[in-house]
Amino acid sequence: MLNIENLHVSVVDKPILKGINLQVKPGEIHAIMGPNGSGKSTLSHVLSGKSGYTVTQGQVTYEGKDLTEMAPEIRAREGVFLAFQYPVEIPGVSNIYLLKAALNSIRKHHGLSEVDAMDFLTLIKEKVRLLEMDERFLYRAVNEGFSGGEKKRNEILQMAVLEPKLCILDETDSGLDIDALKVVAEGVNSIRSPERSFVMITHYQRLLDYIKPDFVHVLAHGQIVKSGGPELALELEEKGYSWVENKQAA
Amino acid sequence: MSASAKEIEQLIGKEYKQGFVTELETDTFPPGLDEEVIYKLWKIKNEPEFMLEYRLKAFRHWQTMKSPEWAFVKFDPIDYQAVSYYSAPKRKEDGPKSLDEVDPQILEAYKKLGIPLDEQERLAGVAVDAVFDSVSVATTFKSKLKEAGVIFCPISEALREYPELVQQYLGSVVPTGDNFFAALNSAVFTDGSFVYIPKGVRCPMELSTYFRINAANTGQFERTLIIADEGSYVSYLEGCTAPMRDENQLHAAVVELIALDNAEIKYSTVQNWYPGDKEGKGGIYNFVTKRADCRGENSKVSWTQVETGSAITWKYPSCVLTGNNSIGEFYSVALTNNYQQADTGTKMIHIGKNTRSTIISKGISAGRAQNTYRGLVKVLKGAENARNYTQCDSLLVGDKCGAHTFPYVEVKQPSAQVEHEATTSKISEDQLFFCQQRGLSAEDAVSMIVNGFCKEVFKELPMEFAVEAQALLGLSLEGSVG
Repeated sequence: MLNIENLHVSVVDKPILKGINLQVKPGEIHAIMGPNGSGKSTLSHVLSGKSGYTVTQGQVTYEGKDLTEMAPEIRAREGVFLAFQYPVEIPGVSNIYLLKAALNSIRKHHGLSEVDAMDFLTLIKEKVRLLEMDERFLYRAVNEGFSGGEKKRNEILQMAVLEPKLCILDETDSGLDIDALKVVAEGVNSIRSPERSFVMITHYQRLLDYIKPDFVHVLAHGQIVKSGGPELALELEEKGYSWVENKQAA
Repeated sequence: MSASAKEIEQLIGKEYKQGFVTELETDTFPPGLDEEVIYKLWKIKNEPEFMLEYRLKAFRHWQTMKSPEWAFVKFDPIDYQAVSYYSAPKRKEDGPKSLDEVDPQILEAYKKLGIPLDEQERLAGVAVDAVFDSVSVATTFKSKLKEAGVIFCPISEALREYPELVQQYLGSVVPTGDNFFAALNSAVFTDGSFVYIPKGVRCPMELSTYFRINAANTGQFERTLIIADEGSYVSYLEGCTAPMRDENQLHAAVVELIALDNAEIKYSTVQNWYPGDKEGKGGIYNFVTKRADCRGENSKVSWTQVETGSAITWKYPSCVLTGNNSIGEFYSVALTNNYQQADTGTKMIHIGKNTRSTIISKGISAGRAQNTYRGLVKVLKGAENARNYTQCDSLLVGDKCGAHTFPYVEVKQPSAQVEHEATTSKISEDQLFFCQQRGLSAEDAVSMIVNGFCKEVFKELPMEFAVEAQALLGLSLEGSVG
């Protein structure tokens, strides 16, 4: 599904990613861990098409197509979803309006007709129940006045409604207390499927207690310095990032 | 530049959809303005005696006045002698008796604008008065309104049919010498709409006037007079467009509203005059005086405007709250793109006791446009317990535009409560990227964000108009990001 080969990325001539290799197959969950400043968020931004990043070397293919050539909205319509670390507020635009506009733009891209209002309402209410959210949530302006936990849950709601193929979770666990973390994790687990892949970027191991990854990668200084199974996360938790960082230097 | 920004650059060339010209034979006065022209106007309109005096008085006053310079807009001085003050589609002696007699070319023009004048085609519930250049060409649903006792007709017709009624109210809210453009309008206005809602009548349908400037080098000086008698209610809509022309065209209208005891008037405008091209060439100068007098006790006037057109907008729909417990409201969205300039806002003059006013203004600036809110809240000595709430928000799209706020507050009554809130924000890259990441194009994202910003105002518009306003905002913003 996603194939990253020798990816080098710079921000204003400063190299941030220095040769990333990663392969994600349908249904897999990959966790990318690493210390602050290792390039985790840069990776999520480059995959989702945020401007300001220059790919200097290597390539990223998504379902056989060159991802870096696609505009961000095209990537989204093709099934790439980024759950933001800091979801923005859009005053005056209700959640339900955004969701409907987004869903319709994706449907249109795939040659489908706009979703019927009644069908949409049924669909969205089902998702809201799934995520144990209050329906009133839908009619509030996007993220305006939301708590940190509500914002993150809102991201998962959008993910559940838009049904992407590749979900990138950028530090979705940051700023969440343990209860909110559980709810978010359950939400993610509920939409796992054999076709849907996840790339979870996280600083801490605790998210992985709730969402079991198939692979764990450690990112340091713009490179994946170690890959392994879920046990790697526990080892990291115990020994700290300096363990892998030093290893790389050695 | 990101891919989406490039896409948007290409869309900048998107043209003003209402920019076509209708080929018509017209009766047009040669350019120039003097007492002779005014006499000819009065004569051709077949107006009652008092109007000649009214016009001449206004004209003489106007000659002593200067074009106002305090607004935050820039334009070359207008040569008022180069403007033609009367242009009318050529027609039979008395004007059309029914729609069948209206020039098919004109009907076609309105059809193109999405305003079919054919009553069958018209959405039920809206009566339309169509003003083409200087004259009203058609008013629909006349007979149905007549049943309810509502008078809705061109003001030129009202001057002939109901001269006493017009004389009693004309100029009673905006006097002939009120300001430079109002004086000019009083001297030379040619047509517009007249509405009278009798006592206790709730007008059975929305009334609407659609203004269209077609001829070159003519000014449009329309005059609207709406009287809501005791306990009556009316909702009135106004829409405007003009062809694309390289030279600037002048539109100097006057609108007077009078609400008597317990009456309510809701006045909604979607203004989409030609704004000029993207280099700032051409476009309408929209210099308009709109004022309401809440003359009666418990009366209410609500102005809602969505301003997306015109090269320059100079407009302050105001409420004089004369009656005790009267209410004035002003809800405004003013959007400027490219080189457009808008200096708009309102005046709320509290005279009666317990008078209340609300001002919600949303200014959006894109391109190299300048957008100014200018408002006055004045509480006179006798206005005990007057209350005002003002909220003024500006949204900037890009970094070459400007937003300005000039709120004036004068309070002479210690029991008054006046609140003012103002914010300025920018559409952020992060908001745009977030929306794109959810599958929306940058354009749709901007349009959605702006619509969200304007929500409080849009909810005041009649349903049909709100949809049009939203679409219009999207269109006017095309090419504004990148």
